[in-house]
Amino acid sequence: MEQYKKMYLYKRIVQAKLFMDNHYAENIDLVHSSEEACFSKYHFIRLFKAAYGKTPHHYLAGIRIEYARQLLKTDKSILEVSILVGYDSPTSFTAAFKKIVGMPPSDFQTRHRLRTEKISANPLVAIPNCFAQSHGFIEGKESDVSK
Amino acid sequence: MIIKVTHMCVYVLDQASAYDFYVNKLCFKVHTDVPMGKGTRWLTVTPPEQPDLEITLFPVTEGGIFDKDAVKAMTQLIKGGRFGPAVLGCKDILATYEELKEKGVVFKKPPTKEFYGYEALFADDSGNWFSLTELPK
Repeated sequence: MEQYKKMYLYKRIVQAKLFMDNHYAENIDLVHSSEEACFSKYHFIRLFKAAYGKTPHHYLAGIRIEYARQLLKTDKSILEVSILVGYDSPTSFTAAFKKIVGMPPSDFQTRHRLRTEKISANPLVAIPNCFAQSHGFIEGKESDVSK
Repeated sequence: MIIKVTHMCVYVLDQASAYDFYVNKLCFKVHTDVPMGKGTRWLTVTPPEQPDLEITLFPVTEGGIFDKDAVKAMTQLIKGGRFGPAVLGCKDILATYEELKEKGVVFKKPPTKEFYGYEALFADDSGNWFSLTELPK
């Protein structure tokens, strides 16, 4: 019986996490998430932290910034990205991004662009030679690993 | 002195399907995704909190070290669940189990208490199986 009760609690916490995963770009907050899990706000925070090691607030900020990292790798502007991941202003987005990633979004974009240019010029700079050889990425060169 | 593992290889039967499994279901992050010609790509992902370990999702296709017979043999072995490439750690095994099940991951064994600790087993979309364990608190 105890095990069933525990699994039921886990299902509700997981539902709340998946709700955040699917609605991170919307104006959701702790009330929405705890309602999704059918818990009081404080009970929800405690259970969520026990399961995921961080508060729902920190988790939501983390996934918003993670999606922002992916979007910044496209040709979208910082303003566009900040709106797409649910921030009210590019200033608050930049501050949150810097806190989590350790650099401003503009620096992140620049680093990504430089890396992409380098790899586009020669993809083999991103592939350890043993893999490039053994998988036939280097034309006409016998693989050292299959000798 | 060797310091760390930087790359490891998981052989998969379909890279596009593996991308969906590892990125969208397991929430791994894409590290590098570069087209290499002839329909192949160099695709590596990293575990969510281990950004310096690149796992290459490599398709079992003819070329390089794989001839036709090797492809056939590898495909049979992978589909038959003969490869268990890694043990994956999580903070809470019951929450992770429920979440992955919700996302359609097929478990071969639910979280079970073993001598080592709680363990569950699941397979990827190709047939490679992984042990899911709870990290010590």
